[in-house]
Amino acid sequence: MRALLLRDLRLALRSGGGAGLGLAFFLIVVMLIPFGIGPDTALLARVAPGVLWVAALLACLLSLDRLFQADAEDGSLDIIALSPLPLEGAVLIKALAHWMTTGLPLIVAAPVLGITLNLPSGGYGWLIASLAAGTPALSALGAFAASLTVGLRRGGLLLSLLVLPLYIPTLIFGARCASVAANGQDALPAFLILAGLSLGTLALAPFAAAAALRSQLR
Amino acid sequence: MSFWEFANPARFMRLSGRILPWLVALAVLSLGGGLIWGFFLTPDADQFGSTVKIIYIHVPSAFLAINIYFMMFVTSLIWLIRRHHVSALAAKAAAPIGAAMTLVALVTGALWGQPMWGTWWVWDPRLTSFLIMFVFYLGYLALWAAIEEPDKAADLTSILALVGSLFAVLSRYAVNFWNQGLHQGASLSMDAEENVSDVFWQPLVLSIIGFFALFLVLLLIGTRTEIRSRRLRAMLMQEAN
Repeated sequence: MRALLLRDLRLALRSGGGAGLGLAFFLIVVMLIPFGIGPDTALLARVAPGVLWVAALLACLLSLDRLFQADAEDGSLDIIALSPLPLEGAVLIKALAHWMTTGLPLIVAAPVLGITLNLPSGGYGWLIASLAAGTPALSALGAFAASLTVGLRRGGLLLSLLVLPLYIPTLIFGARCASVAANGQDALPAFLILAGLSLGTLALAPFAAAAALRSQLR
Repeated sequence: MSFWEFANPARFMRLSGRILPWLVALAVLSLGGGLIWGFFLTPDADQFGSTVKIIYIHVPSAFLAINIYFMMFVTSLIWLIRRHHVSALAAKAAAPIGAAMTLVALVTGALWGQPMWGTWWVWDPRLTSFLIMFVFYLGYLALWAAIEEPDKAADLTSILALVGSLFAVLSRYAVNFWNQGLHQGASLSMDAEENVSDVFWQPLVLSIIGFFALFLVLLLIGTRTEIRSRRLRAMLMQEAN
């Protein structure tokens, strides 16, 4: 398990892995918002939690199509499937590696970008907390959608169509948690629902993804 | 005789061929009857004027949109557990009908909402979850279209249908937290004290039956077409060898 995790992390971090791309994309999307809606700071402060969440969600998408694709092309996916590690475990590890290279940098960058959007000071702690609780679920659901589209031409496009609707509940509670906190209200209920949703997803998504991968390899 | 014998494609083709004309007749009669009764023979409602008549299309299509999704869930489960091809093909044939019904419900709702609510669209929980369901239908159809190998496509789309149903239900309740509703409650239910008044609900029930029969007709035709094209494919492959 550790070997697989380290291998995936190394592949992502070396040149051509594209780990920094998601972060750069996140920055650009957030930067585009003020151009789109105007530089009014009060308005920006109001939309900041939602914008940061939507941008994080889109940035997560970028590297998903490579999650199993590269392994399927060079045959290492077959080896992983034959190894004593259950396929569910392998999926979870790969989702974890994806989260560490995509989700984690986003969590670190989000407060900084929050400053540029004039996010009210109460929102920062809960923004970080909600992203930390929600982004693992995004990676796990992404692994599921990636397992459905392995080996398809134009799989990346189809993948975004499949995965974005699945992100809706996470997005609703994540953004709500951050925006409620930014308004100075109690964000704990939204956070707890988000955390429950995220844990449930983490527990179940690997099984669905492994079932899809088995059908792909048959 | 067990229920599963209908999973035999040859048997399914025989039986469905025999009941199809009757279903067509039922669909024409009840749909035509319900709509004509509803459109021309009922009075206008007090507050709504004649816009109320869109209910005879809106409610049945919304009803079917949800139930077709549920039917796809069940048939996908049957395919994954018992691997009956008819089941997977029925799910495939149902999806475009369901997507069309969802679209009809959304469009008729918008047409009604414009004069009544003063807006074509609001981000109300019911409307939003229907839009989400429409996107789920599109993703499901796109996945079927993208995979060439039939059995693999059936497997993957079935898994997607299961996960998708779970998340469609989750989204349905999640959007409740996110906005308050403008849409009224259910028009028909068994346990409600107050339903829409009798003059309206009798033709409504008839047109729901009509829509349902129409769905069954389209479903059987679609499934029969899928089975035939599957046979054709097998014959072509045999000839090529």
